[in-house]
Amino acid sequence: MLTLVPRPESSKRMMYLSPIFALSATIFCGLVIFSIMSFDFATFTFTSNPFDPLVNFFYTPLTGRSGLTNLAMKATPLVLIAIGLAMCYRANVWNIGAEGQYTVGALAGTGVALAFYGVDSWLLLPAMFIAGALGGLIWAAIPALLRTRFNASELLVSLMLVYVATQLLFFLVYGPWKDPDGFAFPESRVFHTAARIPQLFEGSRLNLGTPIALLAVIGGWLLMGRSLIGFQIKVLGAAPNAARFAGFSEKKVIWLTLLVSGTLAGIAGLIEVAGTIHQLVPVISPGYGFTAIIVAFLGRLNPVGILLAGLLIALSFLGGETVQIENGLPKAAGSLFQGMLLFFLLASDVMLNYRIAWKRHRPAPRKIAQ
Amino acid sequence: MPTETTPRLELRSITKAFPGVLANDQVDLTVMPGEIHALLGENGAGKSTLVKIISGVLHADSGDLLWQGEPVTIPNPKAARALGIGMVFQHFSLFEALTVAENIELGMDHSGNRRTLEARIEEMATKYGLPLEPRRHVHTLSVGEKQRIEIIRALLLNPKLLIMDEPTSVLTPQEAETLFKTLRQLAREGVSILFISHKLGEIKALCHTATILRGGRFITSCNPAEESPKSMAEMMIGERLTPPERSDTDHSGVGRLVISNLSAPAESQFGVKLDAIDLTVRGGEIVGIAGVSGNGQSELMAHLTGERLAPSASMISIDGVAVGRKGPSDRRDMTAAFVPEERMGHAAVPDMTLVDNALLTSHRRNGFTLRGFINRLKSEGYAQIVCDAFRVKHRGIRHAAGHLSGGNLQKFVIGREIEHTPSLLVANQPTWGVDSGAAASIQQALIDLAQGDSAVLVISQDLDELLTISDRIAVLHDGRLSQARPTGDFTIEDIGLAMTGHEMADNTGPSEQNNTRSAT
Repeated sequence: MLTLVPRPESSKRMMYLSPIFALSATIFCGLVIFSIMSFDFATFTFTSNPFDPLVNFFYTPLTGRSGLTNLAMKATPLVLIAIGLAMCYRANVWNIGAEGQYTVGALAGTGVALAFYGVDSWLLLPAMFIAGALGGLIWAAIPALLRTRFNASELLVSLMLVYVATQLLFFLVYGPWKDPDGFAFPESRVFHTAARIPQLFEGSRLNLGTPIALLAVIGGWLLMGRSLIGFQIKVLGAAPNAARFAGFSEKKVIWLTLLVSGTLAGIAGLIEVAGTIHQLVPVISPGYGFTAIIVAFLGRLNPVGILLAGLLIALSFLGGETVQIENGLPKAAGSLFQGMLLFFLLASDVMLNYRIAWKRHRPAPRKIAQ
Repeated sequence: MPTETTPRLELRSITKAFPGVLANDQVDLTVMPGEIHALLGENGAGKSTLVKIISGVLHADSGDLLWQGEPVTIPNPKAARALGIGMVFQHFSLFEALTVAENIELGMDHSGNRRTLEARIEEMATKYGLPLEPRRHVHTLSVGEKQRIEIIRALLLNPKLLIMDEPTSVLTPQEAETLFKTLRQLAREGVSILFISHKLGEIKALCHTATILRGGRFITSCNPAEESPKSMAEMMIGERLTPPERSDTDHSGVGRLVISNLSAPAESQFGVKLDAIDLTVRGGEIVGIAGVSGNGQSELMAHLTGERLAPSASMISIDGVAVGRKGPSDRRDMTAAFVPEERMGHAAVPDMTLVDNALLTSHRRNGFTLRGFINRLKSEGYAQIVCDAFRVKHRGIRHAAGHLSGGNLQKFVIGREIEHTPSLLVANQPTWGVDSGAAASIQQALIDLAQGDSAVLVISQDLDELLTISDRIAVLHDGRLSQARPTGDFTIEDIGLAMTGHEMADNTGPSEQNNTRSAT
């Protein structure tokens, strides 16, 4: 009989191995599903190669001239947001409203761009960045204030503010910020050149956002791994009483983690509108703020892990689109893969604290007490 | 005394393994009817595992369990109760907001009618001298009274074997004596009692037989009446015990810690309010605060560390500076150090390494951080120094603190504070749940610190400990602190009375006669 035996100490090796297990299991199950889908039971033959969608999902998006660029651009907001969220989660501060902070960051940046529409100054873009950062910061400051002042759950407050932010976006894009020459479509004016984040190289869509995300990874690593503030965050999350005893302020950590994560989410929103979409539209995110929660945990709340996890999840977005186009699979295929990946990761995580052992059956009881 | 020849309970070669540790290694145990049997051993010796196997919470990997001569398996606690095995745990599982009778009803498989139950409780209470009102709410009761609920709950099942886990650790000496009367009466009626305690003096007075475990193995059985507490302690730890030594010093130094008129309201419904506490601790002396836990110890400690702020700054002064409104970091900057009661999650972060735990209370000290960044080398070096100086058994300083045994973690926590040579050290229950060897070395470290002109304040439930190491003792009861008096002026009975709120008599006899400073 196979049994799970608790390990005396959680395994470092499994920490690195379990994402690989999860990825392998996902690929295997994907193959099984695609095989069943492409198998014709009437003629007992495969109507198409079941490896095809798998290749299209995991490999094709990386090829071609713009493959890696697309991947980087999808991963940029995910990584930026997840770095901030990981700080929160390390401190046991449950900010799940990054989607809202992202949206308000985008709105604030757009506001600056539209207010100075046509103004050709190099100062405009930095001003938009500041506005985007402030937008996210203010949106995250609300749960921080309510938590530290009234002990309101930051989890609920930050989540509810996502819907407020979305309604605010709809109001602006259908109302005051609608393009006067846009044939009543719910879209803002297209940003003029000075309000767009410039491309890094000629002929590539890659923009300044990606280096900013990489900077955030390095900054996050320095802060969490080397600084006293990171230490305070970790102690507060692991043992709040010990943090109080050490003289670390819980309120300070709550404020800090929420504000930093809000700022990063706001910048991510600004980068998306000013770097990729170049205007405000009703839908500016395929759920980056929520997916980043997955990225943060998939990356083990570790900045380098988050970078890798961000790339993997970005690939699953792109792969989902590719199999829709190439194999005619439903849109749900992408979500299916994300779901499987998480499911198997959580399952493999059992191996962090347990090992599998073979155990003989217990001897039959002789006499049971009545 | 044993009256029959068939053992009530017999364990043969019980073995139980946990990951990385053999908790019980072929343990034998025989308990006769009507016998009060002590189970002795250090923390981690395997006592709790053995008791859990007897009460059906855990299952042995191998070995035989005989109940009144017949082999049995005990699949769960309910089956154990059906056999007639009752348990009284060290930590109570009571609902504070319910009444005594309601609590007892909840713990029973077949409680029947509430009114009958109340009558039975009262009958039991009178019969065994355990006064208890069935309709009182639990939160209005003292610790000793709460324990009576647990005992009566066990007795209502007419047990043939009663297991008591550290029952006296929360009692005053007088309350313990009352409990012993009850236990002796039960034994006379034929009930077997398995008594777990680390207070060897009690075991000598109460128990007929003692089984000693060490490192999960059966070591020996003995008759406690023929042994001394010291000889039993040495059997438990397997080596000679060096009691802490001290030389009398001059305690006329300046008051390093001055608490004046400290009052603070209770933080919650079940908290304790502090009521006009006055105390001065001078450099070079150890002052002990005795008292049953739950009488304001944790509240007082929180105010001393700065985790809770005093209503006014002048209520607490360190080296002449009023710090009542300052937090833990500011107090540490004045070279004060603290050791809270709870090791796991309060004094130390179990999931973090010893290096990180060394940094926990040293982060403001010179060299541990530089411009907001951690100097890893410094805290690694410090963790190593602490482990070496206090002989902390560890697997490496980069392993999680949670792996250390209770005694070793406590040595680390105390060492972390003492190695900085603080001018003031406040320790709450410094040897609680720690094996005697580690306890003796911790006590010695406290004494040595005080000899170097530091002020040391020790809050402890362990009277023997306080009588051994303190120069002066005060008693905390219901948030009020008695005046501190030289240790020689006390007898155990005096302190016991004060622990239940009686005023201490003003004139005690000459200190030579009453000096009960014991060395276990």
